Amino acid sequence: MRVALFVTCVTDTLYPGTGRATLAVLERLGVEVDFPLAQSCCGQPQFNTGYRRETEPLVRRFAEVFRGYDHIVTPSGSCAAMVRENHPRIAARAFGGRRADEVAGAASRTYELSEFLVDVLGVTDVGAYYPHTVTYHPTCHGLRTLGLGDRPRRLLENVRGLELVELPGARECCGFGGTFAVKNAAVSAAMGADKARGIEGTGAEAVCAVDNSCLMHIGGTLARRGSAVRPVHLAEILASTDGGTATDGTAGGTAGGTREAAR
Amino acid sequence: MSGGTFLGMPAFPEAAAAAVRDTRLRGNLRHATGTIRAKRARAVAELPDWAGLRAAGAAIKDRTLRHLDHYLERLEEAVTAAGGTVHWAADAAEANRIVTQLVRATGESEVVKVKSMATQEIGLNQALEAAGIRAYETDLAELIVQLGDDLPSHILVPAIHRNRGEIRDIFRSEMGRWGRPAPEDLSEEPAELAEAARLHLREKFLRAKVGISGANFMVAETGTLVVVESEGNGRMCLTLPETLISVVGIEKVVPTWRDLEVFLQLLPRSSTAERMNPYTSMWTGAADAEGADGPRDFHLVLLDNGRTDALADTVGRQALRCIRCSACLNVCPVYERAGGHAYGSAYPGPIGAILTPQLRGTVTELDASLPYASSLCGACYEVCPVAIDIPQVLVHLRERVVEGGEATVRGRRTTIRPARGHAAERAAMRAARWVFEHPAALRAGQRLASRTRRLHPRRLPGPGRAWTASRELPEVPAESFRDWWLRERGNGSGGRKGREDQTDQTGQAEQTERAGRAEGGGDR
Ligand code: SF4
Repeated sequence: MRVALFVTCVTDTLYPGTGRATLAVLERLGVEVDFPLAQSCCGQPQFNTGYRRETEPLVRRFAEVFRGYDHIVTPSGSCAAMVRENHPRIAARAFGGRRADEVAGAASRTYELSEFLVDVLGVTDVGAYYPHTVTYHPTCHGLRTLGLGDRPRRLLENVRGLELVELPGARECCGFGGTFAVKNAAVSAAMGADKARGIEGTGAEAVCAVDNSCLMHIGGTLARRGSAVRPVHLAEILASTDGGTATDGTAGGTAGGTREAAR
Repeated sequence: MSGGTFLGMPAFPEAAAAAVRDTRLRGNLRHATGTIRAKRARAVAELPDWAGLRAAGAAIKDRTLRHLDHYLERLEEAVTAAGGTVHWAADAAEANRIVTQLVRATGESEVVKVKSMATQEIGLNQALEAAGIRAYETDLAELIVQLGDDLPSHILVPAIHRNRGEIRDIFRSEMGRWGRPAPEDLSEEPAELAEAARLHLREKFLRAKVGISGANFMVAETGTLVVVESEGNGRMCLTLPETLISVVGIEKVVPTWRDLEVFLQLLPRSSTAERMNPYTSMWTGAADAEGADGPRDFHLVLLDNGRTDALADTVGRQALRCIRCSACLNVCPVYERAGGHAYGSAYPGPIGAILTPQLRGTVTELDASLPYASSLCGACYEVCPVAIDIPQVLVHLRERVVEGGEATVRGRRTTIRPARGHAAERAAMRAARWVFEHPAALRAGQRLASRTRRLHPRRLPGPGRAWTASRELPEVPAESFRDWWLRERGNGSGGRKGREDQTDQTGQAEQTERAGRAEGGGDR
């Protein structure tokens, strides 16, 4: 089984701890993971803002870079959704023919991390230890486009020491929405504030999600409010063990990893 | 005094920002949409075949839209055969002219109206007022909007932005100027408010000689029009007057009664969360001369007003499936906070954000801002009973705004120029795309950001301020994932996938083909 990590541009640049955590979880489960260096961005920011033509070369690049891998795993619900839902549509319109088939093929082999763990590896207990109270925010693209369902929850429920608390209004968008966050900053901030209040009300120490871009918005909002709740990516919880850390000591056994500095 | 106008409103972000600061408005909307959301979910969950019904609804609409000319002609034949008269209106001005002339021909200067989105869309009340004709809205929420000289902010509940106290105040101060006044001691009890409206409206129903309506559906095979409602005011307006004029968008036609059956299940559960709406009125043409009930004179005004333009757009046309249930408004987190008025048209919320720019174009700043009035969370698509992929259409219309391109405007294929004010964004997107096509440059940028990370400001100037006004910026890490990988696992360890510049010549298909093959072969 040839598995490639698609780390995504946001995680690569801002949250490398999540990338290392994803790698750690997969390797702990015996998966050999490759990181093709020619990868970059799935094109989601461009596409969702209306720049379809700027997206086309990135769609082509994705299919080329990940050619030959059985599975492409990414720690981002929205990037997985972009690849699976939109890459084939964009390619069919822009390229057609064999190249479009290749793009569709790469799209069908792309998995968000929790999908890969549960559906492909058939694992819900990854042997993690995380002695904290956590609430889970299902991000929109994971929830509605990918249909992740209870996969992330099942993984969290099997983490030793972890207490999972319900987030009221969990299914409501956090208000990030890519360029929406700046184009409609007032509404985005109002949605973020409501989400942050809901999170704070749970009494959890950390809020978990499968998407760092949403966590950047939620975490940034929480931090500005002076809240003590930490944003933490699912991969970082799953990578934590009672041996402390599984991610080379840099992501840290505690939640947040590099994100902690943002508080 | 027949309500305000949406003309000249600011772009969505400004209007929405003002609405967000209005705590009473947000309270009213949160309460109202939250309640109906939960009820809809329960009503839909009752039907085991909801997904099948939804797919059938979408399929029937798509098939009808593909052969719209055919079904409209059948409808016209059937309506005419049943004694009605069919008029075709290309745009709002023509529709208003036709209706005004028809009312004038009756010699009347008053009409009663059933709540209708099409007549809101064309601004019929204002046009009639300019011609000296008073139009009385008879739907309770529409009455509140009209008495308050206000604008509708929701498809189903136009006065959703008002709470009971505000409604009582409007009734007490305004009803007397339009007819029977509200009682002096009117309280904010719903039953009392409804009773005041009932008495006020009753004298208008009994006096009116002309009724104006829209329709939820038109059945082509028999020429039958259908209105579904909850209050009975529709039944009054549709049966008491001598003349009935219905203004209906051309996309409201369904081929047969069997098709109608699907929508009569989808609509009430989605809109009011009821298994069946209290009143379903159906009429076919005009009443026969001798002793029959109902209007003797029936006119159907078929309205285009941008619909055939939308129909020519292969992605955007799905918006014409809409049955105006308003489920997408009720679940939309942006609508809940921005309120309906910010959308600047009779169609607020997610459906307005995709319909208005298709009907009116993307020329004004407001209309060009509507496709961006969404975080693309997809809650609207999830609940839409005719499966309109609203996020897909939003992104499609964003492309029209920023890149321009081909579109049909008033029946002609036209090349649309990109909207103004996107030059800097376009340049940034191009630059980003270049960087993402050259991962070595991406890595250089990441390294520069890492080296200077202690110098990064906490609050940004310019457009970045929109982020830092309410959120902290993420701290740039000491090392990107890419750099970590190169340091820890790099140097061709185990023949792992090679250099990052390998597909850097993606511009040339040939070269990339070769590079790709070399890459594929070189692995392992
Ligand atoms: S778009 Fe769909 S959910 Fe929204 S009003 Fe129309 S039919 Fe209802």
